[in-house]
Order: sequence, then structure tokens, then C-alpha cells
Amino acid sequence: MRVKVFVTPRQGILDPQGRAVEHALKSLGFGGVDGVHVGRYIVLDLQAASADEACEAARRMCDELLANPLIEDYRFEVEPG
Amino acid sequence: MKWGVVTFPGSLDDRDTLHTLREVMGQEAISLWHKDESLGGAHCVVLPGGFSYGDYLRCGAIARFSPIMRSVARFAAEGGLVMGICNGFQILCEAHLLPGALTRNRSLSFICERVTLRVENPHTPFTRAARQGELLRLPIKHGEGLYLAPEDELRQMEEHGQVLLRYVGADGAQSETANPNGSSRAIAGVANQRFNVFGLMPHPEHAAEPLLGGEDGLRIFQSIVESVG
Repeated sequence: MRVKVFVTPRQGILDPQGRAVEHALKSLGFGGVDGVHVGRYIVLDLQAASADEACEAARRMCDELLANPLIEDYRFEVEPG
Repeated sequence: MKWGVVTFPGSLDDRDTLHTLREVMGQEAISLWHKDESLGGAHCVVLPGGFSYGDYLRCGAIARFSPIMRSVARFAAEGGLVMGICNGFQILCEAHLLPGALTRNRSLSFICERVTLRVENPHTPFTRAARQGELLRLPIKHGEGLYLAPEDELRQMEEHGQVLLRYVGADGAQSETANPNGSSRAIAGVANQRFNVFGLMPHPEHAAEPLLGGEDGLRIFQSIVESVG
């Protein structure tokens, strides 16, 4: 089962990379950009009997390794089928 | 005393640290491999600078799972002295042996320069050879040295004296411009609550003999030698 994990800088902490990209977009003339956050996208192919089982495994992987809760937020999606 | 310096795949400053300890300070120092489980009877274990495991995922995140880190964690829990320099500091934070986290420099640039640090607490095994408020000139070389911790934790650390080194200007004063990477409260080095684990972004081993442009780094190593006795 495929799980897509999105790790982004934690809400409210300094995200210099996102800020730099935001400034670059603005300098290119893109208006209406209220914020940019740059993170990581991780694709997991897991052996799991159900979506619930895959979710539980992904959550533990995120908590223990894939994200650092002090500086990052994560969310994930289980791909159907 | 006996020192142990750990080499992870991607460590860079392990040999420089061994050189400082052996050749400059005349200490007994052994090299430890990341797959070792024994710390070889070392009284102080140093996790050196570099790019362990290519800094994959996050700096220090993978090294934390090396076999030797289980022994290092056990050693620290028993009160053994552990010091992490630069990447070693990042590993200690990822391993939860030190509070906080290190992330991308505010400028997004890799910074390689000599900075001024103020000793904030000389009553620890890592700083006892220095005076309160003493200024040390040490080099930094890192892309991810911005120290972060939750505000309430920072407050507790300050009250408890766990901030050992802070980035300051040449006059010893804190300022925005003297904080090279944007660290919270200009923090450059912190200890755990028991003061037996210490992490710092600057490199004492690269300021340990006149040829390198300064010897202020010896203060840190000498402190440890004095405290082991």
C-alpha cells in the first residue's frame, strides 16, 4: 500500500527557505502569494492489510524518524488500491 | 584520562579532533567506529563534525540509529561525559540527549567564519577552565546551525544555566548581527540538565594551536581533562 508523507516546517517557526522562495516568486511578478513553505515529500510502499494499518505504521514512522516534531509538521495520505 | 572519538560514515573532523587530543594535548584518545558497541573505556566520548550519512533526511537523524549510539546513550545515562561538535551536536539533539533542534541557517547560506562566543556558565565539566563571561574565538562551518527549542523550554534552560555558549560581538555584547545563523537567544552551545552532555556548533578542535589562528578551543578540552581529573 502506498502512503504519501508530506513534511513541512512547523507552523509558526521561522522558515527561511519558504521566505526566500516567496520573495523570488514576488520578484517574478506573481501577485497574491501570501506564504510559501518548502518541505519534503516521502513515498512509502508498505505491506499492510488495511488502510488503517498503513496509517498506524506511517504515523509511527513519522513520529520516530521521518519528522522532527520540534521543527516540522507532517501529514500523510494513503493511496487507495 | 582516555578519550573516544566516534567516526560515522561521513564524519569529517574525527581525525582533527584526535590530532588535537593526542598531538596538541598529549592525551590518550581512541578512535571508535559507528558499528562498535564498546566505548573502549573512554571517560569522554566526542561526536565530531561532518556530514554523517550525507545529512540524509535531517542532519544527525540517521546517525542516531548507529549501534554505537545505544552505548553512548547508556553511557550518558550513567553520567558519562559526551560532547557533540557541530554534526555531533545535531546528532545529540536528534537522539534526545540534548534539548532542542538545529535547522537551516537564517541566511540559507553555509557559513564558514571565526566567531566570538561568550562563556555563559563556567561551572560545568565542559567550561570550568574558562571564566564567567570570557570571550572565545572559534570557527563555525555549517549550513544548519540555527538552534531552536520551544519558548518554555528555552526559559527553563536559561534558568538552569544550560546555555553554556552564546554568539556575541567582539565587544562581548549580543546583537542581531553577531548572531551568525539566527539561533534562538543566540545560543551556540547547550548542556543537558545533568551537565554531562554538551553540544556546540563552533569547532574547538579547529582553534587548538597557533598555526590554526588561535588556541581558545583548548579551554573546552582542558575543562574536560580537569573535571575527569
